[in-house]
Amino acid sequence: MKQYLLSMYQPQGELPGPEFLAAVMADLGVLRRELESTGSWVFGQGLHDPATATVLRPSGGEVLVTDGPFTEGKEYLGGFTVIKAPDLDAALAWGRRYALATHLPIEVRPFQGEVEG
Amino acid sequence: MTSVPVTATEIERVFRQEYGRAVAVLVRLVGDLDSAEEAVQEAFTTAVRQWPSTGLPPSPAGWIITTARNKAIDRQRREALRPGRHADALLLHTRDEPAEEGPVRDDRLRLIFTCCHPALAETAQVALTLRLLGGLTTAEIARAFLVSEPAMAQRIVRAKAKIRDARIPYRIPADADLPERLRPVLAVVYLVFNEGYLSGSGAAPVREQLCAEAVRLARLLAELMPDEPEVLGLLALLLLVQSRRPARTAPDGTLVLLADQDRSRWDAALVAEGQALVRRCLRLGRPGPYQLQAAINAVHSDAPSAAATDWGQIVQLYDRQMALAPTPVVALHRAVAVAETDGPQAALALVDALDLDAYHLTHAVRADLLRRLGRDAEAARAYREALTRTTNEAERAFLERRLRELS
Repeated sequence: MKQYLLSMYQPQGELPGPEFLAAVMADLGVLRRELESTGSWVFGQGLHDPATATVLRPSGGEVLVTDGPFTEGKEYLGGFTVIKAPDLDAALAWGRRYALATHLPIEVRPFQGEVEG
Repeated sequence: MTSVPVTATEIERVFRQEYGRAVAVLVRLVGDLDSAEEAVQEAFTTAVRQWPSTGLPPSPAGWIITTARNKAIDRQRREALRPGRHADALLLHTRDEPAEEGPVRDDRLRLIFTCCHPALAETAQVALTLRLLGGLTTAEIARAFLVSEPAMAQRIVRAKAKIRDARIPYRIPADADLPERLRPVLAVVYLVFNEGYLSGSGAAPVREQLCAEAVRLARLLAELMPDEPEVLGLLALLLLVQSRRPARTAPDGTLVLLADQDRSRWDAALVAEGQALVRRCLRLGRPGPYQLQAAINAVHSDAPSAAATDWGQIVQLYDRQMALAPTPVVALHRAVAVAETDGPQAALALVDALDLDAYHLTHAVRADLLRRLGRDAEAARAYREALTRTTNEAERAFLERRLRELS
């Protein structure tokens, strides 16, 4: 089995209304239970917004602490899920469902190496 | 064993014909594209050395596959570092006879779907398909697409790495996914053909090779998926367009328009084959864009002269294409047909309503309609607009000639 990272990219700006978010959360809950019941779930969680990020940069043996995300952009990493899947097609099938549930673009990326099924 | 004398050209021919088949089988056996290619190339190197003295084996494809498989086993025994499961898979299969048609067919189909996986960029799909199924060298592909050889090599290496690292499966898609997965496969074959047929740059032999390769791939797809109407439609389309190649350029290399072509020079065998395929598509009753384009070309092929063309039927076929997938390019071609049924004035109104300014053909079509309406000054302006938008030498020569004829 391989592991894949499903990253959810969220646009900067206002979040959608609570009803919309509740529907998204409900769909994500269903997806998670399905991933768990098929032994495909590894880990996943939403992230606080990028303004809460802190960056550490090595510089001449010291480490510089700065406020803010590593890169500023129109989209940011809103959360991610790590799944186990036999191949890319299986991972893309899960990714497709995340895209439909969240209404967000999803990046599917393989981890190096293999894991036990 | 026979002892037919074997020439380098003969081996070259076997290579072209059997490379894809051999790589496809080897990928299944060794589970990795690079090792499969290396083994098949080694087998051909051995063939070049042995066949001139031993003669052509009874089944060259079988010989190449068996030899490549043995090379791969040797290599895997030498390289103890290889993951054991690959070696095991290989040994499991060694007792099978490789040249059975069934599994080999499936292997080639698997390989096509892997090369044209939607997770790969289209440029990479094209390069991989030509490389792995067509047996074209990286240098040949680079020349055909006007890319430097190192850039093309890198494109292929990256695509292979993605297949391996992201684990793009070596598998024929499930029926439910087939329509979606077939689309990029057909697009790749169509693109390869167009690159050969329309591209203004690149040496003529390279372009002819691309057309031939596209037709060969389309034939293979039609053989492997005989019930997919769009597959048959694509093959029919390529055959019908290809049939006009002998009449398409004048001795001085300039382009000859369909209306002005010497129809006796069309390849009658290709026309007959293309038209038979179009009829087969019609019977399947599941029309699609490639089938409709093929049907339009079949109407042209039916006409003994340009004046005898059934333009009414062509407009109807464009209408169906617009209903299926309305694009400005299809609308432009439809307008050209409307000019024949309803006159240039009606067609000009359609062209002027299109939002397709960047496309050189829009201006070339406008220019021709204006010319036919006797509006020469406007026609000249439109020819000049078209000229600023194309680098294709044959098309430029044609447009410049028309422009000269106006003044």
